[in-house]
Amino acid sequence: MFVPTHTAGTVLCCMCGVSMQPNPANMCARCLRARVDITEGVPRNAAVVYCPDCFSYLQPPRSWVKAGPESPELMQILLRRLKHPLARLRVSLSGAEFVFSEPHSKRLRLKLRLRREVLNGIVLEQTHPVEFVVHDRLCDSCARAQANPDQWVAVVQLRQHVPHRRTFLYLEQLLIKHGQAALAIRVASAPGGLDFFFGSRSHAARLVDFLGTVAPIQTNTAKQLVSHDTKSFIYNYKYTFSVEICPICREDLIALSPKASRDLGGLGPLVLCIKVTNAIALLDPLTLRVHHLEEKKYRVYNFKAALTSKQLVEYMVLDIEQESPEITVDGSKYQLAYAQVARMSDFGKNDTVFMVRTHLGHRLNPGDLALGYDLYGANMNDDDMDKALLRQNLPEVVLVKKSYEKKPRTRRWKLKRLPVEEDLGNKAKGEEDRREDEYVKFMLDLERDPELRFGINLYKNEDYRSEMASTIGDDVPTIPIEELIEDLSLGDDEDDEEEEDSAAPACMVE
Amino acid sequence: MATRIQFENNCEVGVFSKLTNAYCLVAIGGSENFYSTFESELADVIPVVKTSIGGTRIIGRLCVGNKNGLLLPHTTTDQELQHLRNCLPDQVVVQRIDERLSALGNCISCNDHVALTHPDLDKATEELIADVLGVEVFRQTIAGNILVGSYCAFSNRGGLVHPHTSIEDLDELSTLLQVPLVAGTVNRGSEVIAAGMTVNDWTAFCGSDTTATELSVIESVFKLREGQPTAIVDDMRKSLIDSYV
Repeated sequence: MFVPTHTAGTVLCCMCGVSMQPNPANMCARCLRARVDITEGVPRNAAVVYCPDCFSYLQPPRSWVKAGPESPELMQILLRRLKHPLARLRVSLSGAEFVFSEPHSKRLRLKLRLRREVLNGIVLEQTHPVEFVVHDRLCDSCARAQANPDQWVAVVQLRQHVPHRRTFLYLEQLLIKHGQAALAIRVASAPGGLDFFFGSRSHAARLVDFLGTVAPIQTNTAKQLVSHDTKSFIYNYKYTFSVEICPICREDLIALSPKASRDLGGLGPLVLCIKVTNAIALLDPLTLRVHHLEEKKYRVYNFKAALTSKQLVEYMVLDIEQESPEITVDGSKYQLAYAQVARMSDFGKNDTVFMVRTHLGHRLNPGDLALGYDLYGANMNDDDMDKALLRQNLPEVVLVKKSYEKKPRTRRWKLKRLPVEEDLGNKAKGEEDRREDEYVKFMLDLERDPELRFGINLYKNEDYRSEMASTIGDDVPTIPIEELIEDLSLGDDEDDEEEEDSAAPACMVE
Repeated sequence: MATRIQFENNCEVGVFSKLTNAYCLVAIGGSENFYSTFESELADVIPVVKTSIGGTRIIGRLCVGNKNGLLLPHTTTDQELQHLRNCLPDQVVVQRIDERLSALGNCISCNDHVALTHPDLDKATEELIADVLGVEVFRQTIAGNILVGSYCAFSNRGGLVHPHTSIEDLDELSTLLQVPLVAGTVNRGSEVIAAGMTVNDWTAFCGSDTTATELSVIESVFKLREGQPTAIVDDMRKSLIDSYV
C-alpha cells in the first residue's frame, strides 16, 4: 500500500521566533522552560532516620531496612519518602542519582529527573536536587540489645544423653545449611547438649519445629512470668523448650526385648541402627530387614544401645562368601554373606577365627579391614542383651562398616562451624581432646557416607595441597569436587562475592 | 496592518467576526470597543454590520463568504436574513442553505477564487458554493483535520495553516490555492488559526494573545506590510532601474 511521505515542516516559536519542529505548545523548549517550572511544589528537603548501630534506615511506621551508603536499597528508601508529594503534583520520576556528600555530614543528596505534562500535552523533563537530613536514632532491637545484651525471651535446651557429641556435630551442620540458628541471640554449650537463646518465642518454636523434622525428639515447654502490666493485660514471659533427642545413634547395636521384637514384626533381637532422621531406621543384619521406628513408638519401649560406636573393634576379613544377591533396601545396598574374620588384636598371635553372617557382602573382600562389635568378648550392661544371650544363639561378631588404612592428611573440603560459647566452668578433664577426636571421626564419616553428606554444605578448602603421589591407587573414599561449594570471601572488596553452586545437581550424579 | 483585539476578554476574534473584501460582520453584545476597532480600520472602505446568526454570537464560525456572496446556515432566522440583505451591498448574494453540517465557517474556507471544504459536504452544497461565491471548490484536509474552515485562514494574497502540516501537504495546498502558504500559530501557540484571527486582502485582526513573532509571520505571509511607504518605494525603485537599463 502506498503511504505518502510526511516530512514535518518547521514553524517559528511563538515567543522567540526561532524555527523549530511543531509541538503541542508551539513554543521552543527554552521558552517553555522559562514559562513553566515543573518542579514547583516538589519538596527540596526531607528527613530520614538512621540507626548507627545496625546501619539501617527507618521505613515508617516501624520497619528498619539495612542499607549501605549510596546503595540501591538506600535509593529506594529515599525515593519512597518522596513518592506521595510527587504523585500529588502529578510529576513522574524518570531518573535519580546520588550526589556525593561527606558521610559525616548527615546529609544525603539526590538529583532527580522529573517529568510533568504541561499545557495541553507537552511532557517536560527537568532536574531537581533534593537534600535529606539524616537523624540518628537507635532502632528497637539495637536499643533493647544495648539496654540488656543478654536479654532473651525463649531458650531451646537441646540434650541427648549419650557420652559422645556426634549428633550435635551433624545437627550443627544442618542448622548452618538451613540457616535456622541465624535468629539466635546466643548459642551456648551445656553438659549433654546445646542451648539456643532467642529474642522471641516464635523464633524458638521455629527451631524446635525444624529439629522435629530432622531428629527424633521429645519436647517439653515451660514458661516463667517475668513482669506484667496489670492495667493493660500485658504479660512478659520467659519460655523454655526442653528438647531431648532419642539416645539411639547411628551404628548402635541394640538388643530388642522379646515384646519389642514381636511388635516390630519379628525383627531379630540384635538390630543395628543405620540412619537417624525424625525416625530411627533399624536394620536386622541377619535378615536384611529395615524398620523405621518413630519417636512416639520408641518411647513405648525406650530401649538403650547395648554397644555404641566407641566400642567398635577392628577385624581382618580372611574370607568372604556371598550368600544372596545384592539387594537395595531403603536406598542403600546390602548383601548377605558369610565371612571369616579375626580380630586385629588376635591376628598373627593366635588362631581365633570367627565365622559370621554379615550384611556387608557387597563391600568386603578378603584382606579388608572391617569394624564390628565383639559380642564374644564384650562386657555389656544391658538386661535385654543378657536375656537374648541366654535364650538364643547370638552371633559373636556383628560387622558394621569397612575401615580404611590410609587417611588423607589434608582435605580438599572444610566445614563451617556455629559460634558456640563454651561453658568453661563445667568442663571435664580431657574433654578438649575428646572433642577433637570426635570431630576428626565426624569428618571421616562424612567422607565415607554420601547419604550423610546430602543434607549439609561442604566448602572448598583453599589450603588444600593435592598430594598426588599418595592418592594414586588408593581406594580411600574422597568427596568429589562437584559437591563442594565455593566459600564466600568477604574481604576488602565486597563486590567480589562468588555465587554458590548448589550441591543438589552433584548429588544426582550419583 | 495586523491589529490585536479582544472580544469580551476573549482572544478568539475569528469566532465573533467575519471579514471579507466587500463587507465585515461583527457579533452583537461585545463592548463598543470591539465594534469601534473594526470601524476605525474599515469604516470608509467597506460596511461593518452588527448581526447575530440563529440568535448566537458565534457568527464567524457559522457563515462563510467572500466579495461575491455570503452563505448562511439553516438556523438563521428570517429577520437576520433580511437584515443582512438590507445592510450588505447589492452585488453580495446572501443565501441561506440547508446543510447538515451547519457550522459553515468551520467547514468551508474561501477567498475570492478558491474554496476548501470539509470532505463530507453535500454535493448540492458544493454546487451552491461554486454558484453563489463564484469559486472553485476543493475537498481537502489540513494536517489530518477535516475542519478546514477552522485550521486555515487565507486571503487572495497568502494563507496561514495548522502548524503540524507537512511540507508535502503545504506544497499541494499551495498549488491548489495558488497563494503562498505558511504553517504557523496564532494567539500564543494556538493551532486553531481561523478562530484566532480574521483577514482580508489589506488588513487582519488577531487575538490580543498573539505574540510579536506570530504577528510578524502573519504580516509577512498575508503581505499586509505592503501598505507601508517603504515597500512602495522599493517596488518603484525596481521598476525604475529596469526601465533605465
